[in-house]
Amino acid sequence: MSTAEWLDIGWIDQIPVRGSRTVQVEGGDDIAVFRTAEGKVFALLDRCPHKHGRLSQGIVHGGAVACPLHNWRISLSTGEALGDDKGCTPTVPVKIDGGRVLICRASTLKAAA
Amino acid sequence: MEHRPLKAETDTREHLVVIGNGMAGCRAVEELIARDPNRYRVTIFGAEPRVNYNRIMLSPVLAGEKSFDDIVINDAGWYADNGIALIAGDPVAHIDRDTKTVTTRSGLAESYDRLLIATGSDPFIIPVPGKDLPGVIAFRDMDDVDTMLAAADAGGDAVVIGGGLLGLEAAHGLSLRGMKVTVIHLMPTLMERQLDEAAGWLLKNALEARGQTILTGADTAEIIGTGKVEGVKLKDGTLIPASLVVMAVGIRPSVALARDAGLAVGRGIQVDDHMVTSDPAVLAVGECVEHDGQVYGLVAPLWDMCRSLADGLVEQPTGYRGSFTSTKLKVSGIDVFSAGDFSGGDGCEDIVLRDASRGVYKRVIVKGDRIVGAVLYGDTADGNWYFDLLKKQEDVSDLRDLLIFGQAFAAGGGAADPKAAVAALSDDAEICGCNGVTKGQVVSCIAKGAHSLDAVRGTCKASASCGSCTGLVENLLALTLGDDVQSGPKTMCKCTSFGHDDVRREIVAQAMRSIPEVMQKLHWTTPDGCSSCRPALNYYLLCALPGEYVDDQQSRFVNERLHANIQKDGTYSVVPRMWGGLTNPTELRAIADVVEKYNAPMVKVTGGQRLDIFGIKKEDLPAVWADLNAAGMVSGHAYGKALRTVKTCVGSEWCRFGTQDSTGLGVRIERMSWGSWMPHKFKIAVSGCPRNCAEATIKDFGVVCVDSGYELHVGGNGGIHVRATDLLCKVANEQEAMDYCAAFIQLYREEARYLERTAPWIERVGLAHIVARIVDDEPGREALRARFLYSQSFSQDDPWAQRAEGAEAEHHAPMARFIPQGETA
Repeated sequence: MSTAEWLDIGWIDQIPVRGSRTVQVEGGDDIAVFRTAEGKVFALLDRCPHKHGRLSQGIVHGGAVACPLHNWRISLSTGEALGDDKGCTPTVPVKIDGGRVLICRASTLKAAA
Repeated sequence: MEHRPLKAETDTREHLVVIGNGMAGCRAVEELIARDPNRYRVTIFGAEPRVNYNRIMLSPVLAGEKSFDDIVINDAGWYADNGIALIAGDPVAHIDRDTKTVTTRSGLAESYDRLLIATGSDPFIIPVPGKDLPGVIAFRDMDDVDTMLAAADAGGDAVVIGGGLLGLEAAHGLSLRGMKVTVIHLMPTLMERQLDEAAGWLLKNALEARGQTILTGADTAEIIGTGKVEGVKLKDGTLIPASLVVMAVGIRPSVALARDAGLAVGRGIQVDDHMVTSDPAVLAVGECVEHDGQVYGLVAPLWDMCRSLADGLVEQPTGYRGSFTSTKLKVSGIDVFSAGDFSGGDGCEDIVLRDASRGVYKRVIVKGDRIVGAVLYGDTADGNWYFDLLKKQEDVSDLRDLLIFGQAFAAGGGAADPKAAVAALSDDAEICGCNGVTKGQVVSCIAKGAHSLDAVRGTCKASASCGSCTGLVENLLALTLGDDVQSGPKTMCKCTSFGHDDVRREIVAQAMRSIPEVMQKLHWTTPDGCSSCRPALNYYLLCALPGEYVDDQQSRFVNERLHANIQKDGTYSVVPRMWGGLTNPTELRAIADVVEKYNAPMVKVTGGQRLDIFGIKKEDLPAVWADLNAAGMVSGHAYGKALRTVKTCVGSEWCRFGTQDSTGLGVRIERMSWGSWMPHKFKIAVSGCPRNCAEATIKDFGVVCVDSGYELHVGGNGGIHVRATDLLCKVANEQEAMDYCAAFIQLYREEARYLERTAPWIERVGLAHIVARIVDDEPGREALRARFLYSQSFSQDDPWAQRAEGAEAEHHAPMARFIPQGETA
């Protein structure tokens, strides 16, 4: 259930394992919500810091996603580019409650603006 | 069952009433008695008509290894000796906090000074049709075990829904009792909360080898039966017969009583560090509580809670600070262990040891010189040691290189430097168990000129099979040669010490069937690979097992997952197939309609004689494909490591120079080869005369028609490094041209490395090799062609048509939409 703080975006099972789904924010960029092989869920702005590739379309491995455009690896927990690349994608706090995925309302608005 | 040793009116002590005669309730009382046996008068209410028993041991009872009496923790004597009144089989139905009274289902009322709620958990019953049929049960108490035993006596099929710890134990017990058991698990891997993907895969294999059927990624649609359960139907339509269905999909804190009594309840009954609820007179402990946002379902935290609770009840100033949890258990005789956080993440490093021959997988997760998690499969001897290091937050930097080998090895003092450890080995110490190679043999092989890992593998075979001794061989190289060690050929990626060719060879030689299996058997150093190796492994398996291997979508690059080409603005371009570059009014109209209907900003004629529609939104792709399908068009695979186009010129039908029907041959070749996945993209062209208008001599496979037949060319490329084709041979007729084409494609599919075009492949292996396999070896060519056509029999389903009909719709739609100041939709 959505509250003033949290947005309810759906069941965790709706996100494929080692995959991602997006949340459309009207008037802003999408939020990409990831689910790792071990069932952790993360949310980032769906935009690579490099050339704005859609991170939601990348290959998820370990705790990172490889951007589909130029294979930058982005940490799912911090949004930082890994390896020699430099850059950061805004993150959005996520929590799971009774199988529902909730993302932070304020961060979503800020990130997507 | 009642034990009422003391009359209330003669006892002036404070009255502690405990709701719950299970592990937590009784343990809390035990802890209290240990601190002050006379402080409280105690009454325990239990829902089951039994004394306190060890719920964890229900599995051995089911399996026939123990009896109920074996698992009793506190028998009737304990209640009597400690003056505890037990009211069992009459559950508490209501709590009145104003009058400080509890009332049971039968109407018995009891007043309290302090109340302890230890109601534990309720099994979660998935809300599917048929869930209430007789024969559908949970696995929570002794009554459930009795039901299972009765069903097993009658024999037949059982279905266990849930592949977590409890479900697997139920399945194991029923299987031992002679039932044919199928486990249905929603998630892709078993016990995903305790085990990572690799360990879950190992467990599944082992259980299947013991005769259970394990269906992962399986979603229950309904339980069927008239009057009693007869089977389970999955969402994919599969029907599994069953005379017994055990639901073990999870537990929920049992909070109904507390909630009705107006206590603060979140996921569980909320308590402070002394397990006190929002009412100071009411405490709660065990699986029914929520402490600091956490709920626990394991027994170790429960013991911690009971200690803190008892301390609080006798006014000792300690409190509960949450628990680290570890799971160490045997499932069907297989040891598994997990502790801490094994999800990885920033700053976390994985140390992985895989020993395929012993069926062992170990993974320790280290962050900032401290262990944060561990997963062990097959050998859990060091589980407690890792858990101890984890709980104590010990700095493991000194142990790091040897950590994964376990306590005995790492505590070896002087052997902490792996190079020194290898130096200390005697010459006849075995380095490579697979090939029986000793240290002396490796060193002598290095002395004779094998100055790289690959050279060692090529000569004395050390580390050439499973690769688990690669580190030892590398240390021997470093010891023997110092800085003169030559780096070998490139490995596939950082996840493995093997190159592409080694991995492919082993996939075939060891008949591997899945990505986790390859990673386990070849000792991958990461838990689930990376964006380089996963797509490669997916392809190698697909190529090796046509019709059997299930493509892993999450190991595909986005273009192949979405069957369209991602553009830099995040939209997609769509290229329908135009056989041999031919089209007609219906197709052109359909394309024009799509362009207008979906506002595509650009349409372009491609170099491969087709039309590319740009600017299509991800959500619109299925609708676009449906429209194109309706006009008879299928995917052009312009996005794939796959057969792209067959470019043609008009040939003898129209052209005054044309020598053969190049257009017709091009169409026939494309019909034969479309839909096939390759190591990289693959382009074909057919020119009708040596003027070569179809530019066949810069394609992967080119046909140039001449008066006397067909010249076949291979290995051309028009990319960054332009390479003209090599002439392979000349054949007399169309059928031969097709057969040679199929054989060449299959040779490329089987031998080239992933992401290697035909041009660098042929330069690497030499044209003579291709000629020998395709031209000189007729039976070999026929076999290659036959394998290609067999593989094609599974790959010519239009992926667009499947998506247009709704398959994998989640790839295309957002999960939610959010309108600021509004709400998610």
